[in-house]
Amino acid sequence: MIWLRALLLILALVLPVQAEEIVADMSQARVAITADFDGSEILIFGAIRREAPLPAGPMSVVITVEGPSAPVTVRKKDRVAGIWINTEAVDVDAAPSFYAIATSAPLRDAITETEDLRHHVSIPQAIRAVDAATGAENAEDFVDALIRIRASNDLYQLLEEEITVSADTLFDTSISLPSNLTEGTYRTRIFLTREGDVIDQFETAIDVRKVGLEKFIYNLAHDRPLIYGLFSLFIAIAAGWLASAFFRYIRGA
Amino acid sequence: MNIYLPIAEVSVNAFLLLGLGGMVGVLSGMFGVGGGFLMTPLLFFIGIPPAVAVATEANQIVASSFSGVLAHFRKKTVDFRMGAVLLVGGLIGAALGVQLFNLLKAAGQVDLLVRLCYVVFLGIIGSLMFIESLNAIRKTKAGAPPPKRRQRSWVHALPFKMRFRTSGLYISVIPPLIVGLLVGVLAAIMGVGGGFIMVPAMIYILGMPTKVVVGTSLFQIIFVTAFTTLLHATTNQTVDMMLAVLLLVGGVIGAQIGTQIGTRLKAEQLRILLALIVLAVCGKLALDLLVMPSELYSLGEAGH
Repeated sequence: MIWLRALLLILALVLPVQAEEIVADMSQARVAITADFDGSEILIFGAIRREAPLPAGPMSVVITVEGPSAPVTVRKKDRVAGIWINTEAVDVDAAPSFYAIATSAPLRDAITETEDLRHHVSIPQAIRAVDAATGAENAEDFVDALIRIRASNDLYQLLEEEITVSADTLFDTSISLPSNLTEGTYRTRIFLTREGDVIDQFETAIDVRKVGLEKFIYNLAHDRPLIYGLFSLFIAIAAGWLASAFFRYIRGA
Repeated sequence: MNIYLPIAEVSVNAFLLLGLGGMVGVLSGMFGVGGGFLMTPLLFFIGIPPAVAVATEANQIVASSFSGVLAHFRKKTVDFRMGAVLLVGGLIGAALGVQLFNLLKAAGQVDLLVRLCYVVFLGIIGSLMFIESLNAIRKTKAGAPPPKRRQRSWVHALPFKMRFRTSGLYISVIPPLIVGLLVGVLAAIMGVGGGFIMVPAMIYILGMPTKVVVGTSLFQIIFVTAFTTLLHATTNQTVDMMLAVLLLVGGVIGAQIGTQIGTRLKAEQLRILLALIVLAVCGKLALDLLVMPSELYSLGEAGH
């Protein structure tokens, strides 16, 4: 009896803090954008470490990968004098350039709305639209349009029930990064939930960088724009002259 | 084979770009136009951001114009004096155009402006050229001598006259300056060399002989587009070297082939063909403005 009481006491002390803990890793923590970059597939996998018996209630895993955020202007076309032109615009304070969310159960079963609001997990929550909320009354349409357009370019992905969980312990999923990727640090978060409440959270990052020629061109264009411009012109003139000389040689020979 | 463009930050097929460059190059060699009026909308279509398309296209035009003008140097069909006067106007125009472009980009109307410019200018020039060359063909078929250019017009009444020996003209410098200026503005806004406006303007407004028009236009375009490229590179960092190289490799080869085809066709046939291409592009762009788009919303960089 004393032993059991002691055990319960320890459990009661330990349980609320760290009953279950995520241990995870990725197939690669670095994505190199080379000249022939054509997208990349990242495998995210891990396990749930338990110091105690399996608690009750359905367990879920939610994984998000988030690219660097930047402000975006969403414009809407309207028919004016017979032609379609941009009339209304809404500024979104910060929208991630890339956002993927994978879950092991349907989204609302995996995480409750309250927890979603707190941790900014789902796609609409990942977009910070303070200005949009206070602006035009149909601002929500603009944010929806932003999500729709980015989703059609594979930049926003909702991958419901794409995480496989085996033996209530091991989980894995793969996230495909499209070829139209921008540089930056891609924050990767893994949430463990029970009955929709977040139990534990694990955070890591994927570093997306241009390398080699891509990096050289990009840096030159931004750090030495005049030299870059002159160099571009030099290439153009040289190519023009070479083609002309070459064709003259062919016809002459 | 897909290739990632470092400035545009998109991945596109390298052979598609080479092919586009080659196709537009053939046209540019045939007609003495830079081909930008075709290439820029095509680049929008394959998903290159408009700002990058416009700036990079200017760089590509430098290459194709330079390749084309060398042949004209050898044939001595370049009026350097006229070219220099057009150039002065052109450089001022290009500087104004880049300013206007940045202003409208912030207002979110640059897309509309570019499209409207295309529709209006291509429409007017295409129809004028089409009617004119149709008349010329009909007259030569009827056996009548080709129509003489008007020898005197309002152009000849203006002050500051200058002698242009290669063109055999003695006219005021004001009209060429204005033509150069307008073409410069368009070059910066539309990402075109402006040959499709310059060539008809030289023939119909300035009254230059057709044989020197193409060479002189190319000569002037090289400098205006080179200047535009530098302006875009230094103010917006939107010139994509990788994209430019792929386009210009196709472009310069195409231009050489085009020049050969061009010398085998009659001037009227050449002009009626160009008129038809110009009208087709105009029609497509006009349709895009009039028909309800499938996606009413668009995204842009925030910038006030």
